[in-house]
Amino acid sequence: MSKQGLRDKINQAGAEGRKALIPFLPAGFPSMQRFWEEILMLDEHNADIIEIGVPFSDPVADGPVVEGASIKCLAQGVNLEWIFAGLKEYRPRLKAEIVLMGYFNPFLQFGIKKLLATAKEAGVSGFIVPDLPLEEVKPYLSEFKAQGLEYIPLLGLNTSVSRMEEYAELDPAFVYMVSVLGITGSKVDLNQVLIEKLKQAKEVFSCPIALGFGLKSPDQLGSIAEHIDAVVFGSALIRHIEDGGSSSDFMGQWK
Amino acid sequence: MRKGYFGSFGGQFVPELLIPPLKELEQAMDKFLAHSDFLQELKGILADYVGRPTPLYYCKNLSRELGFHLWLKREDLAHTGAHKINNTIGQALLAKYMGKTSLVAETGAGQHGVATATAAAMLGLECIVFMGAKDVERQAINVRRMELLGAKVEAVQSGTKTLKDAINAALRYWISHQQTTHYCLGSVVGPHPFPLLVRELQSVIGQEAKEQIKEKTGRLPKIIVACVGGGSNAMGIFYPFYPDKEVELVGVEAGGSGKPGSYHSATLNKGTAGVLHGTHTYLLQTGEGQILPSHSIAPGLDYPGVGPEHSYFKDSGRARYEVVYDHQALEAFYALSQKEGIIPALESSHAVAYALELKGKLNSDDHVVVNLSGRGDKDLGIVFGLENS
Repeated sequence: MSKQGLRDKINQAGAEGRKALIPFLPAGFPSMQRFWEEILMLDEHNADIIEIGVPFSDPVADGPVVEGASIKCLAQGVNLEWIFAGLKEYRPRLKAEIVLMGYFNPFLQFGIKKLLATAKEAGVSGFIVPDLPLEEVKPYLSEFKAQGLEYIPLLGLNTSVSRMEEYAELDPAFVYMVSVLGITGSKVDLNQVLIEKLKQAKEVFSCPIALGFGLKSPDQLGSIAEHIDAVVFGSALIRHIEDGGSSSDFMGQWK
Repeated sequence: MRKGYFGSFGGQFVPELLIPPLKELEQAMDKFLAHSDFLQELKGILADYVGRPTPLYYCKNLSRELGFHLWLKREDLAHTGAHKINNTIGQALLAKYMGKTSLVAETGAGQHGVATATAAAMLGLECIVFMGAKDVERQAINVRRMELLGAKVEAVQSGTKTLKDAINAALRYWISHQQTTHYCLGSVVGPHPFPLLVRELQSVIGQEAKEQIKEKTGRLPKIIVACVGGGSNAMGIFYPFYPDKEVELVGVEAGGSGKPGSYHSATLNKGTAGVLHGTHTYLLQTGEGQILPSHSIAPGLDYPGVGPEHSYFKDSGRARYEVVYDHQALEAFYALSQKEGIIPALESSHAVAYALELKGKLNSDDHVVVNLSGRGDKDLGIVFGLENS
């Protein structure tokens, strides 16, 4: 039911007249001790879906903020076992749906079959894997399906309609549109090109559309808002916590 | 075999945002690498600017000592002093045919950066080179050289501040600048079609070597030896001999100091399969899939991955991969300098060291070709530093 669970969360936010909120935090940030407190806080303050980042030493799609945070987490010893152990303890207390976001190699070394089974058991609904595009995920789709777990596609401003159609055949729970032709935390220009791309995506996909990369506050969205169903934010949240803030006051502005 | 794969190795493990430029590159390769205008122009530049064909030199003095015939394919005599230029000239020309105006590249020791900056200058393209901050410090002369050639050098402060981080940074830059910029990747690594493209451009080495050895000896060599970091010089000389099963292909990896627990770059010998920089290949990694730092006395071999086609060659048994340690490479560096009057790059010294180890193991009528991938001028600081330490 994770497909429906994820969609329900986004649709429910829409019914309440707001965008679904998808905060991202690297596992173990800002410290292994505080991480689960922050996740609980995000959950309490309206997070609909929480993206837990699985740290990787060489994150190609991430900017310096996410990369720096991930490297600190790795140095503390964060790994998938730690994440799954934490989920076992805290997942029952969370209302939000959980997705794991990480690069492919740590998943591959854990073993894809074991990963998906363990994730399912830990209450994870889906995966966002930035370096696993359509062609490379195909060999694993049946295993995702067998566990009832979702592969959530990332799309860009340069993704063609025909390629979107190929992704649409996977019938994803939602798609993640990257707002910039760049990396996480890039300066974002929410312009007409993006609106056109979102319109195309809306025509191709029957599922909700989330927008991410470079988003800091709701004021930014402007006329983009009507074309999306959910927002993802990571770098801005990490920066906010690094500057001494908390997840609760960051989330407050998005209510 | 799946498209973009060599057996189970290869692929395109990249963010979706890089799929369009990779497809554009693949289409351009299919179109221009088979196009007579492109090929004629490339051939002309390789002849008159790069200095091809490079000679196949017979090592008279060392051969007498070793008891077999030792030959060197002299890539050190190519413009900018290494095989790197074959690839960068080809890719820069391809970029021009694609209508791109800039090149982005990564570099470790600086040789690929210098070769890219050179090709960009000659063909009138802008050039930006990412280099780990540690390498910027260690290779100051090459940084100055790139700047002299008109390139902008960006020091990468993230991760281990070495080549692998420079590749990450270059890929990130390419995501944002794909409309105007071609990523001139420096080895047979990375996502498809790079391993194929770089192999095509470097296979000129093996094609020439094959003709030259046949002309000089009337037959094919018993063994071909080349050093392997990412593996472009090795693949360049190996590939044209691939169908000639009687020719042994030997890749030589850097074992570092060889002390227990120390870093090395022997990816194929001591690594495991995984995904890095867009490709499935052998890697130096932890059991949890985090990439380990690598080390070699030769900066150009200091990379925790390897080209996916080498992984395929290893597993299929077509090539074998041996390990040479820093001290052996240094001994070979001195031996070639003093016995033949050729100062080899420390990378190439690994291949020479392996050939020297064959003493007493071959027959007197056996021929061995070593790919001398680069000249050693760039490494004098490292060698003299070790002499003084």
